[in-house]
Amino acid sequence: MSETINLTLKVWRQKGPEEKGGIRTYEARDISTDMSFLEMIDVVNERLVLEGIEPIAFDHDCREGICGMCGAVVNGIAHGPQKGTTLCQLHMRHFQDGDTIVIEPFRARAFRLIKDLVVDRSAFDKIIQAGGYVSVNTGQAQEANTIPIAPDKVELAMDAAACIGCGACVAACPNASAMLFTGTKISHLALLPQGKAEASARALSMLKTMDEMGFGNCSNETECEAVCPKEISITNIARFNREFLKAAIVSSEK
Amino acid sequence: MQLDSKVPGGPLEEKWDKHRFELKLVNPANKRKFEVIVVGTGLAGASAAASLAELGYKVKVFCIQDTPRRAHSIAAQGGINAAKNYPGDGDSIWRLFYDTVKGGDFRAREANVYRLAQISNHIIDQCVAQGVPFAREYGGLLANRSFGGAQVSRTFYARGQTGQQLLIGAYSALMRQAASGRLEIFPRREMMDLVTKEGRARGIVVRNLISGRLESYSAHAVILATGGYGNAYFLSTNGMSSNVSAIWRAHKRGALFANPSFVQIHPTCIPVHGEYQSKLTLMSESLRNDARVWVPKKKGDSRPPGEIPESERDYYLERRYPSFGNLVPRDVASRNAKQQCDEGRGVGPTGYAVYLDLRDAIERDGSDVIKKKYGNLFQMYERITGEDPYNTPMMIYPAVHYVMGGLWVDYNLMSTIPGLFVLGEANFSDHGSNRLGASALMQGLADGYFIIPYTLGGYLAGTEFASLDENDSAFRDSVNSASEDIKRLLSIDGKRTVDDFHRKLGKILWERCGMARDQAGMLEAKGIIPELREEFWENVTIPGSSGELNQTLERAIRVADFLEFGELLVEDALSREESCGCHFNVACQTEDHEALRNDETGCYVSAWEFRGVGKTPVLHKEPLSFEFVELTQRSYK
Repeated sequence: MSETINLTLKVWRQKGPEEKGGIRTYEARDISTDMSFLEMIDVVNERLVLEGIEPIAFDHDCREGICGMCGAVVNGIAHGPQKGTTLCQLHMRHFQDGDTIVIEPFRARAFRLIKDLVVDRSAFDKIIQAGGYVSVNTGQAQEANTIPIAPDKVELAMDAAACIGCGACVAACPNASAMLFTGTKISHLALLPQGKAEASARALSMLKTMDEMGFGNCSNETECEAVCPKEISITNIARFNREFLKAAIVSSEK
Repeated sequence: MQLDSKVPGGPLEEKWDKHRFELKLVNPANKRKFEVIVVGTGLAGASAAASLAELGYKVKVFCIQDTPRRAHSIAAQGGINAAKNYPGDGDSIWRLFYDTVKGGDFRAREANVYRLAQISNHIIDQCVAQGVPFAREYGGLLANRSFGGAQVSRTFYARGQTGQQLLIGAYSALMRQAASGRLEIFPRREMMDLVTKEGRARGIVVRNLISGRLESYSAHAVILATGGYGNAYFLSTNGMSSNVSAIWRAHKRGALFANPSFVQIHPTCIPVHGEYQSKLTLMSESLRNDARVWVPKKKGDSRPPGEIPESERDYYLERRYPSFGNLVPRDVASRNAKQQCDEGRGVGPTGYAVYLDLRDAIERDGSDVIKKKYGNLFQMYERITGEDPYNTPMMIYPAVHYVMGGLWVDYNLMSTIPGLFVLGEANFSDHGSNRLGASALMQGLADGYFIIPYTLGGYLAGTEFASLDENDSAFRDSVNSASEDIKRLLSIDGKRTVDDFHRKLGKILWERCGMARDQAGMLEAKGIIPELREEFWENVTIPGSSGELNQTLERAIRVADFLEFGELLVEDALSREESCGCHFNVACQTEDHEALRNDETGCYVSAWEFRGVGKTPVLHKEPLSFEFVELTQRSYK
């Protein structure tokens, strides 16, 4: 059953990318434990608006854990303390009355801060543009059942394709590496016959773009896997490395 | 105004082929001279933009979110229909067509629906080629399942994340075109106005949500794929930023608005649990394949579900509809849930919920099998409610989910403004007055991949264009007027929040123009919505300025449009003197409380013309004639 709790929020506020930011403290009163974390911020924001204070800016949209738009570092953990859960699906029943909650944006060199908890993750789009697709135009496809694909392969591809592009992996990584994000796309497509033709070019190009965008290298900290709201495994990074090595050895464009 | 649907003549099976042949073509070398704007990057928008860029057009794509991949198509769970007939269970293009027309309660255009069924198979081919990981059988061939309202297994799915996987497919095609330079992406932009020149759609004005600047973009044609307006009801399964603004502003520029009152209320959503609730979450109706819906027979029975013996449970869908049982179409399932709760047999803390029980399926198949099918849904349910659906039945209640209404379009998907095309949920679509499960993804992708690439070419090739750039006075006027509205909003400095007004509007629409609609309630809504709108413009408060990221201002602009649009929704519901599909007019029902159509007077698409805020809009009717299917009273008994 629902009950209400009172919390203290310490929230990163920053008016714009060039301005100095800092932690501000707000009281969150009478929060129902049935609320989602973002609904709790909604409630605090409603009060701030009525007091004439600018509400806390944060990204969000679907509020059901699939669009990948929301995300913040809560008490030091990207998307907060509940494993395998986006911030929008984290519910207040996981907090105690009187708790202090520190809320900060996803930080990484490649994610420029826009305002408060809102960051620019467009570097992810650039990585996908570098080869995260199968080059097939509309209308060129063959009959869908022409190529059988073993269900376990499809399951693995689906595990990788479940990535929602939220950026928690980057925020959690001490090197702000995008290896897990990029690895999921490499894996998803390399595991399927449709993606094989371009696998080498894809691995080389996506890795290069990842570096250019300012993401760091992987040093096997596995923090990414720990915070991934879709619980995507770091074996996708291993697969990425394998694809890259394969490509680097045989490729003519070294 | 005469509405010309431009449906080609000839036999149903040949219409689309014939039409494609008759459409003019744009010379390949000339395609790059044509600029096309696409607003929205869900399934319809992303697939259209990518396909048009592949053909060689210069495409500009706009979306509200920070990247095109977040459009709300991503949240679709269940699946996508196609008439492949892989299971050999009697499906065909004709059956998919027939089921869709019937499921829509005979309020859709036959020719459009037939084309949709024809195209459905190509969509699956395309998506598989892109690497969409659809579920497969042990032999490696594609798997199918049956889905709400269908008696054949024609639904393709990728776990409970079909929308996500299809959108990632379309998004990756879009990214590939962006890399090629034929397509440019403008994220975090919201459309403020449609710009017309000599009566044709020639551009848009958008607000850059980061800088707050109003930006102008010209083109030879504008495609709106901006999704549905279910958030008019405040609580819905839509994403928080889903809105009516783009199509509403196009409507104010002359595009007719069709069937605005056709709002689908989905039967299986997690019930409302408090005033602060910001959105509702769908539990895929694929659950209805295995789950049984029930309520206690006794009114106000507050025992936990496990303590209610079998003999005291009413499996009301199975009882009332023995042949379809728990798989009746969405409108029927929703109304029945409402009826049970209104009569006092609802469960849960609010009494507005019914049980969706998988106990028998778990006993029959084992929890491993059920977990494989629905594990992610169970996990989502547990996160939100804190209850474990393996041990206790889920509680569900209907919620606003999808809108069949939208801008009126002809067979070419062009609105009444030449050069303005509307795709996906944003148009009034092929679903009549009720959409069947797994049909929305099909329609969005049909529109984007396989229809607009042909019909847009036909329009561009057959049109003389006046020269126009972003310095034209038409753009300046739109920028000035949008800028005035924003200034006015920020200067009100009242006492109530944007969400407060939005919640009020939602409550009015839900209670008076929701699952059951009566004359008195609708008239009441028609009276109080304008009052609420007036108060909004006098008493809303929005902190911050216009020249920066200001999420309160963004919401205020959307709510201002919802407050105008809400009145039209009610007006449309009032004008339709029958019940059909989702539109349940309590004055028109059978003895069994089923929707009673009036085919004598009701076989039409309503298409509303804007006459000014607060002024009575003009109703135009596109008559619907049924040459190929027989009009029957739907029966799922």
